[in-house]
Amino acid sequence: MTRALPIVTVLLGIIAVWYAASVWMNSTWVFDQAQRAGTTVTWAQVIPQTMAQERPLLPPPHQVVSELWQGIAGQAITSKRSLVYHAYVTFKGTMMGFALGIIVGVGLAMAIVRFRVMDMSVMPWAIISQTIPIVALAPMILVVANQLGVDGRDVPKAIIAAYLSFFPVLVSMIKGLRSPDQMQLDLLRTYGASEGQTFIKLRLPASMPYFFASLKVAIAASLIGTIVGELPTGAIEGLGARMLIGSQFGEPLIMWSALFAAAILAGLLIVAVGVVERMARARMGVPA
Amino acid sequence: MSWVAGSVVFWLLGWALNARLAASGWARSRVGRLAVPALFGITILVLWEGIVRGLGVSPIILPPPSMIAGKIAGSLDVLWADVVQTIFKGALPGFLIGSGAAVAVAIAIDRSPFLQKGLLPIGNFVAALPIVGLAPILVMWFGFDWQSKAAVVVVMVFFPVLVNMVAGLQASERMQADLMATWGASYWQTLLKLRLPAAMPFLFNGLKIASTLALIGAIVAEFFGSPIYGMGFRISTEVGRLGLDMVWATIAVAALAGSAFYGLITLIERWVTFWHPSQRI
Repeated sequence: MTRALPIVTVLLGIIAVWYAASVWMNSTWVFDQAQRAGTTVTWAQVIPQTMAQERPLLPPPHQVVSELWQGIAGQAITSKRSLVYHAYVTFKGTMMGFALGIIVGVGLAMAIVRFRVMDMSVMPWAIISQTIPIVALAPMILVVANQLGVDGRDVPKAIIAAYLSFFPVLVSMIKGLRSPDQMQLDLLRTYGASEGQTFIKLRLPASMPYFFASLKVAIAASLIGTIVGELPTGAIEGLGARMLIGSQFGEPLIMWSALFAAAILAGLLIVAVGVVERMARARMGVPA
Repeated sequence: MSWVAGSVVFWLLGWALNARLAASGWARSRVGRLAVPALFGITILVLWEGIVRGLGVSPIILPPPSMIAGKIAGSLDVLWADVVQTIFKGALPGFLIGSGAAVAVAIAIDRSPFLQKGLLPIGNFVAALPIVGLAPILVMWFGFDWQSKAAVVVVMVFFPVLVNMVAGLQASERMQADLMATWGASYWQTLLKLRLPAAMPFLFNGLKIASTLALIGAIVAEFFGSPIYGMGFRISTEVGRLGLDMVWATIAVAALAGSAFYGLITLIERWVTFWHPSQRI
């Protein structure tokens, strides 16, 4: 309770500011309409009208929530207007990119920890790769994938998502695989353990806390990558595409509901990673 | 075929040389630490050039590096106009306003643990959200020119910097705070002389994350409408015309600008937080 109270207070504050802002921003339109009709309106008449416009500049929270509810519960899940359907498309891309990012990140980390030359030649480029704005690559990856005859948008989206999500995994896994200290390594040497055995029995288990910590960052990055991959490319499925459609047809409510659906998806994914982490820790016998 | 074979051999030679260098005493010197990744980068470029030429890959799929370099040299004025629009007008003001506001808010809520407890979890959550999705909405509000791009960047950099700055303000140790108290230092003196300097490593961590986000935000926002220049505009129109050499040229410039931005922040960090253990080499 003591933890929830401040959060709820801040949330209520945000909602209050939001309502005030939407009254202020949407009132321009109401005044415009009144002026054209040659009538004057008082604030008491303006405020209700700012709450229920069809194309508000800033929709008030209850409009967004009702649109969101419409999109989630008001449609059949397979309908093209259902947010669940679009969220599923985005989720699929996110998970593909996430898996690819983990594989690349862990693989590179293993090579970098094992071979000094990999560390020296590849690591600086991995860092530079993250300063390149990936979105710059997004439209091009799509065109190239198309030219190469890859069907659908899943693969290019997954590549973009993996590009963003491999880096946190890489950095944490390098730290994790290097975390066993000299004494532990020496002990395994006295047991006559081979390099492979040292890796499986010491380095890999030691890296797990680092690995799971990085997964939370990586899944968020992967979701951002997928949505960016859907944005600039004329995609018609997925939450990013919903935002684009809302923007092109001037339907703010579609944009806002897609944005909040993305936020909910992000929250669910982060919670899911946390649950997997707790299960893995319990299995490995780490005290919670 | 000789192009492919030649470039693969060159790559292998480069890799072998790198392996020798990494194992030798050079690896510890500054020259060695620069030379090895540079050599690796060059071999990758040669490999790329050789494979594209040798296999006759269409420039619509992947133009060779020489063609991209030629395009960059041939259209410097266009690329410069894009950089000015996207980076100096969009990303940079947005970055300064956003991170400045985040630092100000962090200091403002510093005296209220209640607000911190409320804002931190929300800030952490929002920092993980796909905020780029706000781009179309902000373009609708602020119009097509750089103002909307700066606005997107402000929103994107605000939360990562805020979260890091709040964590940084809590970083000074109890003992240090007690020492300030025995000297009779006021709240502001403690803030200025102890807690702000102690927060700097955290702040720069947030600024580094924000620097890449700023470029992403500025470019994505241009996909939703822009004047007829800007890096995002250039990329989306040239992709439509299959002018992939120009797209790659813009990407190279974006990579260069992104790295320069990051490098600049690292330099300032080194100068400001010279006392921190991670800066002592």
